[in-house]
Amino acid sequence: MDALLHQVLAGLATGGIYASLALALVMIYHATHLVNFAQGEMAMFTTYIAWSLINAGMPYWPAFLLTVGIAFILGIFIERIVIRPVENAPVLGVVVVFIGLLVILNSVAGWIYTYTIKSFPSPFPPQPVLGIHYLSAHELGAIGVTLAVLALLYAFFRFTPLGLAMRAAAQNPESSRLVGIRVGWMLALGWGLAAAVGAVAGMMVAPIVYLDPNMMGGILLYAFAAALLGGIDSPGGAVLGGFAVGVLENVLGAFVIGNELKLAVALVLIVGVLLVKPSGFFGRVYVTRV
Amino acid sequence: MLLEVSGLHAAYGATRVLHGIDFGLEPGSITALLGANGAGKTTTLRAICAMVEVRGEIRFGGERIDGRSTEDIARLGIAHVPDGRGTFLNLTTEENLRLGAYTRKDRVAVAADLERVYGYFPRLKERRAQQAGTLSGGEQQMLAVSRALMLAPKLMLLDEPSFGLAPLLVRELFEILRAINARERVAMLLVEQNAAMALDLADRAYLIETGRVALAGAADELKRDDGVRHAYLGY
Repeated sequence: MDALLHQVLAGLATGGIYASLALALVMIYHATHLVNFAQGEMAMFTTYIAWSLINAGMPYWPAFLLTVGIAFILGIFIERIVIRPVENAPVLGVVVVFIGLLVILNSVAGWIYTYTIKSFPSPFPPQPVLGIHYLSAHELGAIGVTLAVLALLYAFFRFTPLGLAMRAAAQNPESSRLVGIRVGWMLALGWGLAAAVGAVAGMMVAPIVYLDPNMMGGILLYAFAAALLGGIDSPGGAVLGGFAVGVLENVLGAFVIGNELKLAVALVLIVGVLLVKPSGFFGRVYVTRV
Repeated sequence: MLLEVSGLHAAYGATRVLHGIDFGLEPGSITALLGANGAGKTTTLRAICAMVEVRGEIRFGGERIDGRSTEDIARLGIAHVPDGRGTFLNLTTEENLRLGAYTRKDRVAVAADLERVYGYFPRLKERRAQQAGTLSGGEQQMLAVSRALMLAPKLMLLDEPSFGLAPLLVRELFEILRAINARERVAMLLVEQNAAMALDLADRAYLIETGRVALAGAADELKRDDGVRHAYLGY
């Protein structure tokens, strides 16, 4: 029983990270109706930036915030420079651009930082806190940081005029232009926010999986599964999906199929959801008249 | 002249729709564009808002606006109630209205305008927290007009506001448009299939046939014109 509880709680910790990345995927999906395959590599790259800052002597939290800011600007740059020119290109063209972005970021990170695995510091104490022995302080902290990010995003989209305009621009670009919203900038801002959220996910997961250019591969797969499970167009669904996938992966890995086959859980989930309920649990079902 | 259009050409790709249209609009006046389906009325409105490729000259308050972006034109004070209503379906009624005022910075005035719009359309106030996609067609049309009003525009472009509405509702909507025009001094450019209603509301009217202005004049004159009567008023 104790072991199960431990696995469930640890699953929630990694699940929060999947949830963040899944949310980043959903944000891009809302704006472009495509899944950004490079989301994980963007997170990885910004985590390296954080590593550089910390190694240069900057304290953790300032480095954390600066990295989030850099990621935001990087996301905007990527949208303006790489994604904008292919705005009206066919789907496959854009997918190829995403994959190209993935490979480039991966290679550049490998070129600058080499492929040797590095450890990444956690801002939380090494020993368990608050008398909770089921979770390490880092896992608990990661859950807290994730929830804080999610709450901030929710408040931003729900209560600020800019958040409202971003939702409007993703939903109905033409009407948005007619009320004076600069739709192109809203999309760029969406990329910036997604990159910032991804950066937080990267910094939270790096102390667990260690830092290397391929660290996000598996995590992005889990985030895909999470986003699909919740419904690729539902932010709330993606978050719940993230936690669900985290717990499922951990519990199944520990007790049923073993750690070696853990990643298969994500693949089975992806295929299963697509076969049984393609719109996910909270997604919208689109009906098209032909 | 608030709006001056001269030599306006427009095309969707290779299909040319407007072949040199000229017309104008005085501040605070209502002008109707009449014509059959496919004559180019909707395209004319879209051309003013830079939603199609155009050639020719469009002046708003004396300033050239052709070549500027849709967003910039909206910011100048031209509010477009588009064909199909352009509702933000997944947002609430009130969020739709707030988006209408997105470019305005004066929060107090926006709040006052929100109440004023609810005064014109009390139904929308009842449904303020409801998802706009669940509103009826008539309510969505009211919402589209209200969203345009929230911009505090100098000119409203209305694309078939009567489309799909029950006759009683059309009459009600046109009464409200008349009241808005009188009270807010908003000029209106109205595209309508319902020529009788449009000519009742408008000061001036232009008859558009296959992308050209076929006839122009005061609304009263056009109402008496034999050709217009036979073809568009049905008596």
